[in-house]
Parts: sequence; C-alpha cells; structure tokens
Amino acid sequence: MIKKIFFQSIFFNFFFLKEVFSAESGGMPQLNPEFWVSQVFWLTLTFGVLYVVLSKLILPKISANLELRKSQIQENVEAAEKQRENSESKLKEYDQIVLKSKLEAKDILKSAREKVLKDINSKKEILDKQIDEEINNAEKEIEMLRKSASGKINKIAIETSSDLIKKLIGTEVNSSSISAIVEDLSKRNGGKYYGS
Amino acid sequence: MAANPMTQFEVYRIGPEIKIGAFDISFTNASLFMVISSFAILIIFNFGSKKNSILPNKLQLLTELSYSFVSKMINDTAGSKAKPYFSFIFSLFMFVLFCNMFGMIPYTFTVTSHIIVTFVLAAFIFIGVTIIGFIKHGFGYLKLFVPSGVPIVLLPLIVVIEIISYLSRPISLSVRLFANMMAGHTMMKVFGGFVISLGIVGGWLPLSFSVALTGLEILVAFLQAYVFAILTCIYLNDALNLHH
Repeated sequence: MIKKIFFQSIFFNFFFLKEVFSAESGGMPQLNPEFWVSQVFWLTLTFGVLYVVLSKLILPKISANLELRKSQIQENVEAAEKQRENSESKLKEYDQIVLKSKLEAKDILKSAREKVLKDINSKKEILDKQIDEEINNAEKEIEMLRKSASGKINKIAIETSSDLIKKLIGTEVNSSSISAIVEDLSKRNGGKYYGS
Repeated sequence: MAANPMTQFEVYRIGPEIKIGAFDISFTNASLFMVISSFAILIIFNFGSKKNSILPNKLQLLTELSYSFVSKMINDTAGSKAKPYFSFIFSLFMFVLFCNMFGMIPYTFTVTSHIIVTFVLAAFIFIGVTIIGFIKHGFGYLKLFVPSGVPIVLLPLIVVIEIISYLSRPISLSVRLFANMMAGHTMMKVFGGFVISLGIVGGWLPLSFSVALTGLEILVAFLQAYVFAILTCIYLNDALNLHH
C-alpha cells in the first residue's frame, strides 16, 4: 500500500514538474519577481516569530540551565576539594600519631632493655660475690681440714699402732714414744699421704 | 525527458491567493518551508530546554551544544560587547541552518536558494550593523573607511575602495549563500537526471556521484550557515569595536 502511494507520488510529481517546466521555459526562477513580496513577508513573519520566541522564552532558559549546571558542578567540585583536604589532614594526623607511638615504643623498649641489663649486671655481681665468698669459705674449710687432718691421722696412727703393739706384745707401750715415731714418719712421707 | 534542474526552485502558491493592497502575499511552498524550519527549531529547542538535569539527555545536549557553539563564535569574533545581539545571531544561524538542511531532503524546497530571501536577511544585517555603528560611535563610525597608517597620497583611493567594499557587504553576503545553495542543488539535480538518462547500464557512476554530492551538500549547508553567522559577527565587531 505504502509502496503504491510512493510510486504514485513519484509518477504524479514527474507530471507536475513537466507541467511547470512547460509553463516556465528557462531562466532562473529566483529572478522571477512574482512571489518576492510574498517571500519577504513570510520570511519577516517566520523569522520574527522565531527570534521573539527564542530570545524571550527559550534562550534565557538554556542560559539559566547552563549557569545552574555550572554552579552545581562548581559546588560539587568545591565540596570534593574540601573533603579531599579534610581527608589529607586526617591522614597526616594519623601518620603523626603512628610516628609518635613508634618513637614511644622504641623508648619503652630501650629503657626496658637498659633496666633488664642493669638488673642482670647487678644480679651477676651479687652472684659473683656470693660465689667468690663460697669459694673462699670452701678453700678456708679445706685448708682447715687439711691442717686438722694431719693431726687427726697422727692421732689415729698412734692409737692403732699402740693397739697393735698391745695385741702383738701384750704390753702397754708409752704413747709418747709411739707419737714421736709417727711424727717422724709423717714428716718423712708427708707428700705421700696428703696429696697436694 | 530529464527535467530542467531549475524547476526545483519554482515557487508556487499553496492554497488561496492572499493580497494586501497591490501585494501578493499568498502562502507558497517557500513560506511552507520557512514555517516548517522555524517550527522545527522552536520545537527542538523548547523540548531541549524544558528539563534541566545534571546529566543532559540527547536533545538537551544538542541545544546546549549549539548554544555554547554560537556563544563561543560570537565571543571569539565580536567580543563581549556583542552579548545583546546573541539571540539575533543565534536565531539567524539556526534559521539558515535549518532551511539549508531541510532543503537536503528530497522533494523539499530550499528557502535559502532564493536570492530575495538571503538578500533581505543580509540587507537587514547591513542596515542594522550600520545603525549600531552610528549609535555607538556617532560620525566617528566613518573612520572605518580611513585605515590608519596609509600614505596621504593613497588615502582617496583607499577610502573609495573601503566604501565600495562596505556597501557590497550585503550583496556578497546574500549572493554567497544563495549561489552555494543553488549551485549545489542544481548539480545534484543534473547528476540525478544523468542517472535516469543513462539507465541501469551507465547510471551507476552518476548515482555514486550523487551520493557523494549529497554528503558534500550537507557539509556545505552547515558551512554556509556558519559563514553567514560568522560574517554577521565580523560586521558587528566592526560596528562595536572600531579599530581603525
């Protein structure tokens, strides 16, 4: 249906153009003054209406729209800028806090270490002193024991030798003579019996 | 059998004959396309400016882009003093552009291909600009014809040339637009006629030419509207900011 109308219109148009062509033989239709007044009149009318409506109604609206958008975008940009600055300052603050706490932690660690080292040193000193004392005591004791040991051994030797003599001979021997012999022996073999 | 390529420029009456006094102001096909162009502009720009959202839709983007385009053009050529004439130049640019573009649709009439239409527009601009110049600068506006730094001997000749060039402005402005539109449409019609006369065998070459020409003509339609508007801006600039 549409196709048919289309072709019909082309067909009629062809006839129409031919008719016009036959009526206006050659030349430029633009220079035919027949419709000049009409064209000027309608141009003035349409362009005038267009100008009035555009300048009074539509262009101010577009201008206002653009201004509004501009100001809104400006506002948003400003707000974003503000927030960015805010967040930056917050970040700086945070960094400072972290730095401060790091320094504090270092300080604490340092002081604690010093304290511990001091503690250890003092305890070590005390311990060393104690150990020294004990060693000294022990040495003294050993010395004492060593000194007393020779006496005791002599005594034991005298007693055993007197007992042995008693059992062997059956008579009591003067202990003083035995002790003299033992003393003599012990002096002669001192190194043999008592080590160091 | 090929129709005369000039028949497309024929003006014929639509409807009854209307007469005011001795003048025939009947509604013609030219008037029809003037009305269509104006209405198209008004409808597009009305709907494009109705809603204002931060993220514009397509129509709003179109109107705002053309607004800023014309605004920038005027600001660049005539400076900030030309602000009050923005709506006139905007309407002029849009009117010429839409008339040119409507002419590109087959079986339509190109309003701007008529010398009388372009001449009325150009003459209106010429007279308006001259009046603005005289209002702004008084008789100092005549200094426009006396360029600075010209030897005294040459001055009479230069002044005559300047006056002639100034007076020929409306003619050059109107003929440029009219001739461009007429030549383009005539050429397209001629190539279209070749397609018919060469038939299915040899018609392909002029047909491809015709397609290419259509693209070119759309470019020309925009360009001529732009040139028309920017020349108006330049003339306005002369009247507002007297440089000589």
